[in-house]
Amino acid sequence: MNEKTKVTRQEESPARTEAALMPPVDVVEDANAIILYADLPGVSKDKLHLHVEAETLTIEGELDLDVPEGMEATHAEVSLGRYRRVFTLSRELDTEKVSAEFRNGVLTLRIPKAEHAQPRRIEVKVA
Amino acid sequence: MYRALFSPDMFAELDRLQREMNQAFEFSPSIRGLSRGGFPAMNVGSTSQSVEIYAFAPGIDPASIEVNLEKGVLTIAGERASDLPGKEAKANVHIDERFAGTFRRVVTLPEDADPDRVSARYRDGVLHITIQRRETAQPRRISIQ
Repeated sequence: MNEKTKVTRQEESPARTEAALMPPVDVVEDANAIILYADLPGVSKDKLHLHVEAETLTIEGELDLDVPEGMEATHAEVSLGRYRRVFTLSRELDTEKVSAEFRNGVLTLRIPKAEHAQPRRIEVKVA
Repeated sequence: MYRALFSPDMFAELDRLQREMNQAFEFSPSIRGLSRGGFPAMNVGSTSQSVEIYAFAPGIDPASIEVNLEKGVLTIAGERASDLPGKEAKANVHIDERFAGTFRRVVTLPEDADPDRVSARYRDGVLHITIQRRETAQPRRISIQ
């Protein structure tokens, strides 16, 4: 063991300093689009934030529960107050036309593929 | 070589390890096992007047959730349909993490919970059940004559 080995400390970016829950997702791809379903229970519509920047999709939400005054938690499986998950998109996806629906704590995102990236049948010509 | 490193038993070993870690770090679980990791995830809290239960069950029709209270045991049961396409659909599933299927979770309530005064609301995918405590159990200030 070398005692002079330096311990490198990784600087955390400001967006990642606050701990967050990672929502479970399903991702399905068909010929025209990618559909993402994310479970974000306890998040109200105005506390849900979706960002698409360059090729990064960020899903963030804050929990908003009716908690009576003076409540003491006796058992907590959801112990953080926010959700966060980041995805890298690929270039053939048309981020301008993303549609989102949020119902009963489930987010459904539909990201269509750009026209030029949609599958085409190539005719085989007989010479 | 690869096969030797990742024998199928490795996953069973990881499972066992996780259980042992849970056992070591958690308070001893109740006999009905309000243990972590099931669906729906649950938070339980209490005030001097009530017991508050939050079940995180997104994407379910509230009418299909069954909430039963019997002999001081609260049961939450139901079914969650899968959003994934069937086998005949021309689609690929890249990530499959969300729960689908039937679920049932049980909570043992404190003795002073009043089974006649229960309310349940479903909002933003969270089922919030409030059970009032019996009045005799509530703290009371005794005035001195």
